[in-house]
Amino acid sequence: MEPSRDDFVIAIRSAFLKKGTQQRFSLIGLIFFSIIIIVLGNFNFKAVNYLKISIKEIVYRSSFIISVPENYLKKTISVTKEHFELYDNYENLKLEFDTLKQRKVLDEYNILENKRLQKIVDNFYIESNEIFAKILIDKQSPFLKSVVVNKGSKDNVKMGMTVLDGKYLIGKIVEVNYLSARVLLLSDLNSKIPVSIEPGGLQSILSGTGDSHGIIQYQKKEHVIEDNSIVYTSGAGGLFKSGIPVGKIETIDPSLIGNKKVNFFSDFTQLRFVKIVSYKVEK
Amino acid sequence: MTEITNTGFLKKILSYLPVILLFISVLNESDFNYSGIEYFSFNFSYILIFYYSLKKSRSLGYGLIFIAGLFNDVVIGIPIGISSLMYLLICGFAAYLKNITLRPSLTKDWMFFLMTILVVNSIFYILLILLFSYEIDYFILLTNIVFTFLLYFIFSYVFGLYEKLISGKYYA
Repeated sequence: MEPSRDDFVIAIRSAFLKKGTQQRFSLIGLIFFSIIIIVLGNFNFKAVNYLKISIKEIVYRSSFIISVPENYLKKTISVTKEHFELYDNYENLKLEFDTLKQRKVLDEYNILENKRLQKIVDNFYIESNEIFAKILIDKQSPFLKSVVVNKGSKDNVKMGMTVLDGKYLIGKIVEVNYLSARVLLLSDLNSKIPVSIEPGGLQSILSGTGDSHGIIQYQKKEHVIEDNSIVYTSGAGGLFKSGIPVGKIETIDPSLIGNKKVNFFSDFTQLRFVKIVSYKVEK
Repeated sequence: MTEITNTGFLKKILSYLPVILLFISVLNESDFNYSGIEYFSFNFSYILIFYYSLKKSRSLGYGLIFIAGLFNDVVIGIPIGISSLMYLLICGFAAYLKNITLRPSLTKDWMFFLMTILVVNSIFYILLILLFSYEIDYFILLTNIVFTFLLYFIFSYVFGLYEKLISGKYYA
């Protein structure tokens, strides 16, 4: 037994401690260095934070450049597909436009009345800061559904700011660097936001699934949520302004509780530009 | 092709291909590790690092692997240093296998690769869950491990052919 244990120790020592041919760094040295970085990253050391921010700025830009050919290819495929579907899309949009034109007239009255009532209860928010940003990276990982945008603290982007695609909510800012920021998407497993489901005004929590949709959590049996109900932010907890459209309800399996899937209005895989906003109460 | 590979400069460029592939796979938006196809994903970086650490360690320097790990962490948004640690552990396992192997065999390498990715991924997920409180879908991770293991066989064959093409030696 003794010689085989010696062989094992020698092989391990040789693998980890000996510097290999043409290797400039020792493996064990780099492993320890990685562990130190992980440990220090947990503490808020200023020097480590600056190092992290610098690495991030370099990597985000490099990743953007390296992804240019791939993005060009994706864009070409998407444009070609759109050309083939142009006529069908035109017909559908014409129909939709007529319906919306009629609805708009009715909505204008409701909007004005709603504004007046919200001002009375001191709950009328206006956009206080609005920043348009370009998506630098949208590499989706199994651990984090996020995108990186090209605006950072230099442009007054702050942690927790709301991120919109048009009028639709897509997420919030979770990391701010000097020239870039990371947006946590609603589809991320760790994303949980208070929502209101209309019609009915049912309050609930929308949770990300790590997939392209979300689910309604903490739903009681007696609450009936119909398909095609619209999910809006509820504004509870002051996390987001109330009434931002998020998505549409779809039932996955009627026999299950928590079976309500939310299809987001915005397609997170097709984001190119986003709007980063913060809100304040109108005095 | 022989004429081309004999040219020193081109040969040197071709010998850097593993490094280039590693950095492209880390920095590019499309990632096999999250392919978007349901129940299909694999970690290309693990395969590349294990193969080249085992067969031709001078093609991929530990320093470059460490930097690639840092880049990967930044791009996918996990705490910095974790991927570097995992990549370097894979290098360690591969170096150990190289030291104890007298007669190389693809099947043995393949089985050892399975053990390596199981250990490395376990450390990876333990770190993410316990230290950094990440929520993880275990089914996705399991399929990722299975496909990474299965595809090692194919990729080692492809890398072997490539090496044969540029250096005349077959490593698989």
